[in-house]
Amino acid sequence: MSETLLADRPTEAVTPRPQPPLGLLAEVTHRCPLRCTYCSNPLQLDPKSVELDTDTWKRVFSEAAELGVIHLHMSGGEPTARRDIVELMRHAAEVGLYTNLITSGIGITEEKLDAIIDAGCDHIQLSMQGADAAITEAVGGNRGAFEKKHDFARAVVERGVPLTLNAVIHRMNIHQVPLMIEKAVEFGAKRLEIAHTQYYGWALKNRAQLMPAREDVDRTIEEVETARERLKGTLVIDAVFPDYYARYPKLCNGGWGTRTFSVTPSGKVLPCHAAETITHLDFWNVRDHSLAETWYDGPAFTAYRGTSWMKEPCRSCERKHVDFGGCRCQALALTGDAANTDPVCIKSPLHDSIGAMATTESAVAEPGAATYRGFRAG
Amino acid sequence: MPAIADDAVPALPRGVKFREDKARGRYVLLGPERIFEADPVATEILRLIDGRSSFKAILTRLTELFTADEATIRPDVEALLTDLADKQMVTL
Repeated sequence: MSETLLADRPTEAVTPRPQPPLGLLAEVTHRCPLRCTYCSNPLQLDPKSVELDTDTWKRVFSEAAELGVIHLHMSGGEPTARRDIVELMRHAAEVGLYTNLITSGIGITEEKLDAIIDAGCDHIQLSMQGADAAITEAVGGNRGAFEKKHDFARAVVERGVPLTLNAVIHRMNIHQVPLMIEKAVEFGAKRLEIAHTQYYGWALKNRAQLMPAREDVDRTIEEVETARERLKGTLVIDAVFPDYYARYPKLCNGGWGTRTFSVTPSGKVLPCHAAETITHLDFWNVRDHSLAETWYDGPAFTAYRGTSWMKEPCRSCERKHVDFGGCRCQALALTGDAANTDPVCIKSPLHDSIGAMATTESAVAEPGAATYRGFRAG
Repeated sequence: MPAIADDAVPALPRGVKFREDKARGRYVLLGPERIFEADPVATEILRLIDGRSSFKAILTRLTELFTADEATIRPDVEALLTDLADKQMVTL
């Protein structure tokens, strides 16, 4: 009897217990001095009044370390907008997490920077909106941002903390990629991320203003390759290329609920930072459940973990363990069903139309004004 | 294969940490957005990098640990450390 039941069970129905997570993205606040049009935060930003308090974040970091998290990415919004950022950083370092501060670099005094570093900050990642003042201000909506960022980068490097620059690439700055690489060297960064925009949150809203032309994307791939070779030993360049023009989808976050996860300012635990767009999922909150419970058994994590949720063409696809069908959020946003294959996949019936849409959008000469991120504009 | 001088002093730069990963029963070399799982041999090599010992001293210690002569192990140790240096995970 039991043998029959086992034999009848589809082999994919049992999702193996996952490994512990490697990385936690802690979005400690959505407040930010920049208003970037490409921001991946949700359109409905969490106001300060609903942010987790200091003790709860500290408990979250303790639970993360216990669970097996290695890297903690202290992000936002602008994480230093929290008055308790030094205390949070100290606690994260004390429980053994590798701490990465992801910052705009705006509004951080040298005293505050010293305190954050003394608290045990291992690495700082500074956002870069452009290679000059004009583009930086146009993208981030903050006057003087480029000079402030340059000053901040200099202060970090002077203190010996490794610095990564993260440049999100889109139509407004794609022509500056070679100059950004030069600026990264000039700023003293050890690492540069050339990250083409992924279209979620504000970036999805502003896609028509952000989508680059395919030939520009192809050129940046060459530019990055050339610079990588030339700057070996000086600057590590990591690149994320846009998927609308791709043949196969990205392996999103290493697979749903597989490697990394996020906690929002108000404490929701998400398989990825865009997952709230899948509104039918039940996201547990750190106020109600431990991180371990949520990681292993939370319904939002088990929903698309592994392959048992897949439909065709994913279910029978030879690549299903390679990319796990791509991104669930993108599947929902562009096809209306989060369980569909990511429509950038060549096996999706929508593949051609996604590429055509990107080509069409990128070819519009005057795409109109993008919407700056903000608490009211969503 | 770029050789490493005997008197070079390998060190972990700031922002790079070698630590036990208890949850997974292994040792890892960590950098920003980087996790290198150290196999048992790499673990022994990385343990000896203290920012004071010369490459020669590290090699000598490894010949004792693995009961192998220096000529045998040197290329492997150089390959590992050169690769990590290219990735800015070790300074030489």
